[in-house]
Amino acid sequence: MDLAYGPKYRALQEEVRGFVRSHGHLSPRTGGGRKRPDKRALAWQHLLLQHGYFARNIPKEYGGFGLPLDVMELAIIADEFSSAGVSPGIMNQGISMLVPTLLEVGSKEQCAKWVGPTIRGEVIWCQGYSEPGSGSDLAAAKTHARVEDGHFIINGQKIWTSSAHFADMMFLLCRTETEKGKHGGLSYLLVPMSAPGIDVRPLVTMTGRAEFNETFLTDVRVPIDQIVMRRGDGWHVANVTLKYERLLLGDPNKLTYRLARVIELMKKTSLEGVPTIQIPEYRDRLLRIQGEVLASKFHGLRLLSEQAKGEESGVRRLIVKLNGTMIAYRLSSLAVDVLGAAGLPYEPKGEALEDDEATTWQIDNMYDIGLIIGGGSSNIQRNIIGERGLGLPREPTADIKLGPKE
Amino acid sequence: MEFGLSNEQWMLENSLRGLLEEKLSLERLRKVAEIGSGFDATLWEGLVAQGIVGLLVPERFGGSGLALLDAAVVAESLGYHVAPAPFPASVVMAPLALMSAGSEAQQAKWLPKIASGEVRISVAFAGGVGQTGEASVQLDGDQISGLLTGALDAGAASHVLVFLPDGRAALVDAHEMGVAIEMRGSLDRTRPVSSYELNDARAIILDAANDARVVAARVADAGRVVLAADTLGAAQSMFDRALAYSKERVQFNRVIGSFQGVKHTLADLVTMLEPCRALVWYAAHAQDAVPEEARILALQAKAHLGEVGREIARLTTEMHGGMGFTDLLGLHYWFKRVAFNRQMLGAPEHCRQEAAAVQGWLTV
Ligand SMILES: Cc1cc2nc3c(=O)[nH]c(=O)nc-3n(C[C@H](O)[C@H](O)[C@H](O)COP(=O)(O)OP(=O)(O)OC[C@H]3O[C@@H](n4cnc5c(N)ncnc54)[C@H](O)[C@@H]3O)c2cc1C
Repeated sequence: MDLAYGPKYRALQEEVRGFVRSHGHLSPRTGGGRKRPDKRALAWQHLLLQHGYFARNIPKEYGGFGLPLDVMELAIIADEFSSAGVSPGIMNQGISMLVPTLLEVGSKEQCAKWVGPTIRGEVIWCQGYSEPGSGSDLAAAKTHARVEDGHFIINGQKIWTSSAHFADMMFLLCRTETEKGKHGGLSYLLVPMSAPGIDVRPLVTMTGRAEFNETFLTDVRVPIDQIVMRRGDGWHVANVTLKYERLLLGDPNKLTYRLARVIELMKKTSLEGVPTIQIPEYRDRLLRIQGEVLASKFHGLRLLSEQAKGEESGVRRLIVKLNGTMIAYRLSSLAVDVLGAAGLPYEPKGEALEDDEATTWQIDNMYDIGLIIGGGSSNIQRNIIGERGLGLPREPTADIKLGPKE
Repeated sequence: MEFGLSNEQWMLENSLRGLLEEKLSLERLRKVAEIGSGFDATLWEGLVAQGIVGLLVPERFGGSGLALLDAAVVAESLGYHVAPAPFPASVVMAPLALMSAGSEAQQAKWLPKIASGEVRISVAFAGGVGQTGEASVQLDGDQISGLLTGALDAGAASHVLVFLPDGRAALVDAHEMGVAIEMRGSLDRTRPVSSYELNDARAIILDAANDARVVAARVADAGRVVLAADTLGAAQSMFDRALAYSKERVQFNRVIGSFQGVKHTLADLVTMLEPCRALVWYAAHAQDAVPEEARILALQAKAHLGEVGREIARLTTEMHGGMGFTDLLGLHYWFKRVAFNRQMLGAPEHCRQEAAAVQGWLTV
């Protein structure tokens, strides 16, 4: 355990603290993952990139800050930002999922072309994985692409596509090798949303907002080099992305930040004149979750350390999504309970950032269920943890014949 | 910067696990458990030989001068093997108290004897750390009287260190006049439940500390971290056994681990358990290196491990079916160790209450 705050770290802490003090008022209220970043968010992002508080370890030639990975530095930055309640920068599917995928398995040209604009928040991505017939069973995707005069010609339908209504690009999982079987027949393509033949139809979610979409693709043409790795490698690439998606969905920094918000809420709300933080039943729930958040936080540091050393984390990494999404849900549930009947007026505004506090918590609480389902549901996580992490036998597949019974 | 154990710490764990595997078969455990003193002389010799008993004692007093994180690493291994050894009080809390509140002369006298394994000190608190029993002691000059329940590691102790309500600690020779010990049958047969009755017993007061209450809290917190680590080890052991059993036991022509009900339970348990390790490590580290977080982390680690430990103990027992409920399998030793740790030095509710106070959330 080498967590000694040497002079280098103290200097960084001072620096970040100073930055937050002098610039914190410029921060947008949230990361803004559910809408296109506005001017304020883009300016903030620019500032963070300039100072190396975002994309700190992404190579300079791709628009990052170019420093080697140092877990302590990242922890200091995250800590200072979350305890000051300022945004740590934009978190969206492009930045948190596609960029690390390209850095891991993409070509140099792809990195040079996409990483910079994506981390600056200029290019927004959506994820074209799920289809009406394949969600948990992702590899059963039917959307297909044939090759014709140097282009993929894509046909099919995606569903639950978050952000597709304002995204510039989609990373798409589709079938290109019809003879190569379920997993081996897939490819991972980068598709401009402006391409002719793409039809995006918003779907209203339980929050009342249209946050995801149906995406229809009809004879959509993309140049043949818009593929990550090779034809037939799609399942592998999709899983690289899923790895990062799951780390994002279970991000312990988000839990720390949200815990701080719940504590604030419990200091200012009261029940019959007593602040809720002073009421034993609510307080004990808070403290129980605090224990879980602390465990998740240090577990996250351990994972980062292992990553920096190039060590395999095995099951320790696989648990992050299941763990983090459940705790996030418990936190927002506590917030909703603390608000009590006063939290029942539900009046979403045109812009999420304009919502009042109660509405925000109710939406968070519902959206947390969405995040428990998305990116591979909790049960799918349990299968993965059990089978890949603990070496338990796979489910025997019941080949049920679908169709009318005799 | 690195969050994790050093090579030396992994080596320490390795050699200790070797010793425990060699010395502590289930048959041996049963024998020691029958006596119920929480002490196995052969094992203790082995721990002395590995330098574990003098772990925290500074090198100039014959110890290894290691940190609480090293103690947590050891405690996890001891818990993994439900080792009957007076570790939390005799190896961690008592020397820490001496180092924090003993005069130079007192340290020079006692610490070498602790490191050599010759002196084993039980620790008892007269108030303040979540005992549910009685604890009332009076000090009259250097004579101490009263009743102390819930003494830790008293089974084979040569001395008892009593924390007075004002935070000062008094060292009493367990074999002297005026000291009577009562050993009750303990739920956890690897750890005794004992009380001391003191009648004008001679006490050596450790009062070189600036603030005795701070020292008392520090010692209690160190004990909490070590008990949390012990639970971590015991729970990990139960988990490992349930996982192995689920790959072996066949019902309905399938190993039970292929049923989602079992597989998902195991996935949930590992999801609960694995982050606990990082929590325990950091809580231990914080006791020595991050004073502003030390209290919250000790209390939260103790509380959280108490909860996770209980869940794992229950579900891994259940996963063994009828066999899990037998004495024969011996899994119950682990179950009871986890149960014992949960209640000692403050149950989860008590620890969370105190963590609330530390954070200023408790004014009524
Ligand atoms: C808020 C939100 C945002 C999303 N964003 C996107 C996006 O941007 N892009 C995208 O491609 N997709 C997105 N999704 C889709 C998401 O990935 C899928 O909903 C998810 O993978 C589940 O698939 P499904 O909806 O088809 O449910 P199903 O696969 O039909 O699952 C239904 C239920 O059955 C359970 N189940 C299924 N198989 C098993 C099994 N083998 N063992 C045990 N239980 C099982 C599941 O746990 C679930 O509870 C989003 C979803 C949500 C909720």
